[in-house]
Amino acid sequence: MQQTALNTESTPTANANSDSLSELSATEIIQSRKIIRRRKLVAFAFAAPLIIFIIVSFLAPIGTMLYRSVYHPTVAQLVPATLTALADWDATNNDRPDDRVLNIFAVELKQLAHDRRSGKLAEEINRSLPGSSSVIKSTARKLKKIDQALLQQTGADKLLSLKPQWQNVEIWRVIKKSGAVFTSSFYLTALDLMHNANDEVVARDTQIYVKLYLKSLKIALLITLLTVVIGFPLSYYLATAPTKTANILMVFVLLPFWTSLLVRTTSWIALLQTNGVVNSVLQTLNIITEPLDMLYTQFSTVIAMTHILLPFMILPLYSVMKGIDPTYLRAAMSLGAKPIPAFIRIYLPMTLPGISAGALLVFIVSIGYYITPALVGGTDGQMISNIIAFHMQSSNNWELAAALGSLLLGAILLLYWIYDRLVGVSNIKLG
Amino acid sequence: MNKLKRFGAALALCTAVSPTMAEQFTAVSFGGAYGAAQQKHMLDPYMKKTGHKILFENYSGGIAEIKAQVESGNILWDVVDIEVIDLERACSEGLLEVFPHDTLPAGDDGVAANKDFIPEALSNECGVGNIIWTVLFSYNDKTIKGGTPDSIDDLFDTKTFPGKRALRKRPQVNMEWALLADGVPKAQVYELLATKKGQQRAFAKLDTIKDQIVWFDSWSQAPQLLNDGGAVMVQSANGRIFDAIQSDNKPFKMVWDAHVYDLDVWAIVKGSKKKALAEDFIRYATSSRPESGMQEVAYGPTRNSSYAYVDKAVIPKLPSAHLDEGLQASGEFWADYGESLGEKFNEWLLK
Repeated sequence: MQQTALNTESTPTANANSDSLSELSATEIIQSRKIIRRRKLVAFAFAAPLIIFIIVSFLAPIGTMLYRSVYHPTVAQLVPATLTALADWDATNNDRPDDRVLNIFAVELKQLAHDRRSGKLAEEINRSLPGSSSVIKSTARKLKKIDQALLQQTGADKLLSLKPQWQNVEIWRVIKKSGAVFTSSFYLTALDLMHNANDEVVARDTQIYVKLYLKSLKIALLITLLTVVIGFPLSYYLATAPTKTANILMVFVLLPFWTSLLVRTTSWIALLQTNGVVNSVLQTLNIITEPLDMLYTQFSTVIAMTHILLPFMILPLYSVMKGIDPTYLRAAMSLGAKPIPAFIRIYLPMTLPGISAGALLVFIVSIGYYITPALVGGTDGQMISNIIAFHMQSSNNWELAAALGSLLLGAILLLYWIYDRLVGVSNIKLG
Repeated sequence: MNKLKRFGAALALCTAVSPTMAEQFTAVSFGGAYGAAQQKHMLDPYMKKTGHKILFENYSGGIAEIKAQVESGNILWDVVDIEVIDLERACSEGLLEVFPHDTLPAGDDGVAANKDFIPEALSNECGVGNIIWTVLFSYNDKTIKGGTPDSIDDLFDTKTFPGKRALRKRPQVNMEWALLADGVPKAQVYELLATKKGQQRAFAKLDTIKDQIVWFDSWSQAPQLLNDGGAVMVQSANGRIFDAIQSDNKPFKMVWDAHVYDLDVWAIVKGSKKKALAEDFIRYATSSRPESGMQEVAYGPTRNSSYAYVDKAVIPKLPSAHLDEGLQASGEFWADYGESLGEKFNEWLLK
């Protein structure tokens, strides 16, 4: 009862509510709340497997990825004492840190070599300063044999005599810099930027990732456009054809959808390769004399991906078109509209929710596509996903891969937001 | 009584050969004809001899999968066949167990292991050299025009030998070849490649044939491209071309000039639960006779005593017979510059 009293005070709606409820007794109210609560619980129980699945397989990995792209404690864990000692060293200065720091580092490096973790440090430092991997590793190997007490005293001399590179201020800058536990450097790299010695953000020597992002965007847009151009007339025909014909044609749309992605991609290889089906046919017809280079180009990536993603466009379009009453178009024509204006002004706007849904599906799927560009893309058909895979599998730079992936995710969310602003997500209709 | 004695003797023999119960572990290699040769000459005889079971899986090299297993603590592989280029890095990052080289058996001719193996095979504490293999270029006798290529210069000479060249899409080997074809002596290749100037020179040389290059990602594509006319010259692991000539009678010719050779080694993944067993297997697999079986796919054995078992006709076709013409791939250089050159290479490709 106290609850109702509180509600009465809070808002007018609650007031109205309690008025209508006032006919019920207190026990009835409690009971009805119980029932509602139980229903909610049941509903939640039904959804729980899905929610848990999404958390475990989707949200958690994305969270880890985002975290990995900024949290990088490796160097801080490997040489903590050196980093503490480096804290008061001015990195913008052109003098290397003093011997005290070098002594501490020598002792830590010896310990790392002993624990067989010096390679980890070498890999991290080498990432910012190519060539330092062998300096660190070979120094570590030799330090392993030197007595620890001696190193505490003369570690600096030992370092400098083993490799002259330790005299170089650059390597110490990098060590100090990679010692930061939270870092933005992977994001900078992913945008072709870097910090210079004075901590200013400047362009890197190698310019690659921004170009690739733009190229992926371009390819994805092109594929989306192509699927609309091919999918629209086909869906229109499917929606207006007699049921029997439409059903048969629908199977042809769905059949490739059910076939393995790899099979479809490799059949494009068979079709497009130098002595493949397309080239042989064109040559026998005397249309061309030399075989065309179609495979391993951007062209083959676009054509294979358009083929693979076409059902994602046709299915929503078809179901939207199926729901459009043909009498609208007839009404427009009987009122004097010519077929083309009638189509553009009456029919087309009604199919927009379908085009929207299809375009969004195709675009989002294609911008992160991996396997088809990897197989048929050659060099100029590569997309950002392929370079992410390169950093996951070959260069072992998982942090950079995470940063690249996060940026891709961010870019897609941004585009989605723009899209929502321009078209409105509520306009989307999948069926 | 006699029967009982014999049974007892058999039992004693059993326990002597395998002191424990039959166990199972996992070995991983590169598959294809090479994997089949390892299965035939190393795994099968070992299983027969000891009664243990080995699960044999394939991978495509690199250390990413090993790293993932060691870092997550979920070790699925015990023994891996790994390229020296990756070994150096995997070992110093603590992804592999140290292998006790002093436990390796002497060769069948009685020469101690440390004398019998070529020095490179035992140069890393984490592994034991298994084969010498090489990357060379090969041409198709049927489709080549302009003569017979016999040096690395011919690969870069699109005037005399017109047609596509297929190269593996990575900086390794391609950068070395570019400098060699540009007249850099073998001994200076890696020294020069470590400098910005040398890298630019290599890319400039590659630029001269860029529009004639077909790129591929896996060695299995090399003989295929040469066969279906996708290219007139291909870069390939020598075993793949050898296999195509030997088993399928393809009109392929190998050019040994400037081949870049490397070793594959057996190593044990850090934290393997079957470490003792894995060591035992590696000792067996790298002994004289199993090693000699690798000649079937034209990969050279790493111990001298194995050559006693190799067919004399095959020896000239093994990389080990052409070491003077070749250049040894530098694991250290690629550990240093693999990632930065990988990026620059990708940038160059996009230009």
